[in-house]
Amino acid sequence: MSDTRYTEDHEYIKVEGNTGTVGISDYAQNQLGDVVFVDVPEVGAKFAKGDEVAVVESVKAASEIYAPVSGTVTAVNEKLADEPGLVNSSPDGDGWFFKIEIDDAGELDGLMNEDAYKAHADA
Amino acid sequence: MAGAQTENLQTTPLNDTHIGWGGRMVGFAGYSMPVQYKGVIAEHEQTRSSASLFDVSHMGQVIVTGPDHETTAQALESLMPGDLVGLNPGEMRYTLLLNDEGGIEDDLIVTRPCEEGTDGVLMIVFNAGRKDHDVAILREKLDPSLKIETFWDKALMALQGPKAADVLARYCDLPSKLSFMNAAATTIEGMEVYVSRSGYTGEDGFELSVAADDAVKLAELLVGNDEVEPAGLGARDSLRLEAGLCLYGHDMDDKRDPISAGLIFAIGKGRRVEGGFPGASVIQKIIKDGATQKRAGIRFEGRMPVREGAEIVDADGNKIGVVTSGTFGPTIGAPVAFGYVPAELAKLGTELTAMVRGKPVKGTVEKLPFTPANYVRL
Repeated sequence: MSDTRYTEDHEYIKVEGNTGTVGISDYAQNQLGDVVFVDVPEVGAKFAKGDEVAVVESVKAASEIYAPVSGTVTAVNEKLADEPGLVNSSPDGDGWFFKIEIDDAGELDGLMNEDAYKAHADA
Repeated sequence: MAGAQTENLQTTPLNDTHIGWGGRMVGFAGYSMPVQYKGVIAEHEQTRSSASLFDVSHMGQVIVTGPDHETTAQALESLMPGDLVGLNPGEMRYTLLLNDEGGIEDDLIVTRPCEEGTDGVLMIVFNAGRKDHDVAILREKLDPSLKIETFWDKALMALQGPKAADVLARYCDLPSKLSFMNAAATTIEGMEVYVSRSGYTGEDGFELSVAADDAVKLAELLVGNDEVEPAGLGARDSLRLEAGLCLYGHDMDDKRDPISAGLIFAIGKGRRVEGGFPGASVIQKIIKDGATQKRAGIRFEGRMPVREGAEIVDADGNKIGVVTSGTFGPTIGAPVAFGYVPAELAKLGTELTAMVRGKPVKGTVEKLPFTPANYVRL
């Protein structure tokens, strides 16, 4: 069972057990346009909730990605180095950015569920 | 990712058409303009492989009229370093509006029309964000006997790409008559259109000036061809960068001189010696002694775009230059940029390092344009 939560900055975290997979929503990839590069963090790096953890570059601009929860990066999506377009074609699938081991599951409560996020993105 | 600010923006005659075509509208130089329709990379590749239509109606179309060609051209030459007196009927020339310090107030194109009864007429296209400023300079500096008319409500569109000539040939015979940087009037389906073989993508193409009331009809007619898709500002930027072309306010401004910017071709050969334009003594000295800084075309390793504002550093991390335009070049398949560096480091093949978010990115100075120019000279 996975549970997907969203931040106000249009990132998602798909939670399975104690690990979350982080990427950007379909709405966000559509707003950014063609993604040409993703600057992913180092495996093992620790971040506090809200820290700048990655940067996604579209043809138009660079956008910061903030850690949705505090934790330690356990994996990064190596495929994005050669195929950054996966963020556009499959934002919640093959276009994920990194996995994070969650320090405090309680931090997830402050994030939006699918329905609340849809309302936020449509607003 | 806040929405674009759209209040207080002016619109072009094609505004509703852009929205109907799915354009994503953003504020640019005071106008609501489409940054993209389907996607920047798709539109970029469409322009390099087939043809695209760009709305450039935000740019400033001006006509200056005097008693004869020599009088009007000499008047403009007092503000611009291009050889304008030497323009033949139907020719157009890229040149600059300069200030007394030799800085660039704007870059522009001057066209001498070839039609009967146009002796003494010169047509100018200024940048959107500078057009009011530029016209104020013209009105202040030129003899009041010259008539200066602005056509801010007129439409201007650019049909660009290797198929542009085939498409336009379906409506008029100019593609077989006009060479690059030449212009003429024609009629397309009853519309009066002023056509020039020019553009800012590095590809063959045309710019079409038409009355606001005819803009939608002409744009829909052109995009109705299978070879043509609409393209936005995003693709226009990546195309002009790969084509080695400067963007005002980024790669040049009122503090940068034409020589440092690599724009000596905008100064007429005779005029480099004779002067007679604002800042001539400053610019002549730079031509003689060499510029201390120069604009270089830089290709970077990897895929991370190196954008405007990125510092260029030496081996010890000291700042030696700055990137003024940069993006991921879809045709090149690598990050490409323009940057100002000390002249000795602007030589082809020089390895440079730029800093992006604290990380060094290696690049090499390359010959401009990055992509071959495909201008058609008949």
